[in-house]
Amino acid sequence: MRRVLKLLVAAAVLGVAIGLWLTAPDRVAPDRFANLTGDVGQGEHVFTASGCASCHHVPKAEDKLILAGGMAFPSDFGTFYAPNISPDPEQGIGNWELVDLANAVTRGVSPAGQHYYPAFPYNAYNKMADQDIADLFAYLQTLPADATPSKPHDVGFPFNIRRSLGGWKLLFFNDDYVMDVPADLERGRYLAEAQAHCAECHTPRNVLGGLDTSRWMAGAPNPSGKGTIPALTPDKLTWSAEDVAYYLESGFTPDYDSVGGHMAEVVDNFAALSAEDRNAVAAYVKALPAPGTAPKSDY
Amino acid sequence: MKKSFATAAILATLATTALAEVPQAVKARQGQFNLMALNLGILGGMAKGQVDYTAEAAQAAADNLVAVSMIHQPALWPEGTDTMSIDGTRAQPNLWENIDDVMAKWGAFGEAAKAMQAAAGQGKDQIGPNMGALGASCKGCHDTYRAPK
Repeated sequence: MRRVLKLLVAAAVLGVAIGLWLTAPDRVAPDRFANLTGDVGQGEHVFTASGCASCHHVPKAEDKLILAGGMAFPSDFGTFYAPNISPDPEQGIGNWELVDLANAVTRGVSPAGQHYYPAFPYNAYNKMADQDIADLFAYLQTLPADATPSKPHDVGFPFNIRRSLGGWKLLFFNDDYVMDVPADLERGRYLAEAQAHCAECHTPRNVLGGLDTSRWMAGAPNPSGKGTIPALTPDKLTWSAEDVAYYLESGFTPDYDSVGGHMAEVVDNFAALSAEDRNAVAAYVKALPAPGTAPKSDY
Repeated sequence: MKKSFATAAILATLATTALAEVPQAVKARQGQFNLMALNLGILGGMAKGQVDYTAEAAQAAADNLVAVSMIHQPALWPEGTDTMSIDGTRAQPNLWENIDDVMAKWGAFGEAAKAMQAAAGQGKDQIGPNMGALGASCKGCHDTYRAPK
């Protein structure tokens, strides 16, 4: 009996140890970003394409470049609040190094080694090029500092245990692209999948909050309330590539209804990009497969 | 035969009742947005090259946008015509809580429409930038006060 007990205790200890090892925050190699120098102008493009301000600006603020956070993101797991990412050294990210931003954006890990909640779309940003991260870091430092403290997330047990996010990452963290595309669609894929993180709203999620990649961009319930986020897949979307590009530029649908909700902020971003970039995203959207026929179901 | 006629009559009555449930003010405001969309479509089609540009048609469409912008709005937005109170609208309750902001943004649409009115007859190239400004004025309200479909 004692022997069985001993074995059980040993198994439990081993189980916890394996669990801790598996759920430990995984960071980038410290020297990977050491020799990169960021370009502010390029960084502004990365910032706009990635939609940073759309979530981190102060709600209802006129100046969307004061990234003091506070916007609420209700979900099935609780309400998340976008944190302060202005260059304030105390309340923002003013004392971060480039490698800290790289760990945050591409690994979802804070400088203190905590997992971030995936309301922060690091599962898209993890496909970003190292140089883009360096450029983004340079640009973020030029923005105004704001000393408003970040609002704590309102998340109940068990989701308030940050370590459990290590398990979420084991299941869903993936820095491979979802779509296999020919070379001429790679730019659009980079913008849509890595930077603009379209799928975070346009793809339905499973019960654990992971994206259902077999229904990639097939539309989903609105995460922040009533209604649905429309499908971009060819079974539903009847717009031409030109219509998509014009919508991203002007906010007008082919019927000259106007963009609304959080997508209005996304259109603000795309309007500031080049026509080439908007056309690239439109071409990617038109290449999406109908749901259930996605090229990669083993994601 | 009689029976199917009776059914049709009942269905027609029900349909009329359902339509009558959307207040006239809601239909009127949706009508003004449809007028906007129709005229924006003429201008947008010219900007994109899908419709042949003529100065007269562009000017007429822009004039119509200004005309819509001059409709006095309060009669179209009575209390109790939000998404929580009735079906058939996407106007969220927060619109009435921020009515000054909403009306300021309606005014911004008017300004954008006037800029289009001044430019539309000057050439096809003048339309595009003004479409952008008009689109921005639409977004100004629709990002906050309109519910998704």
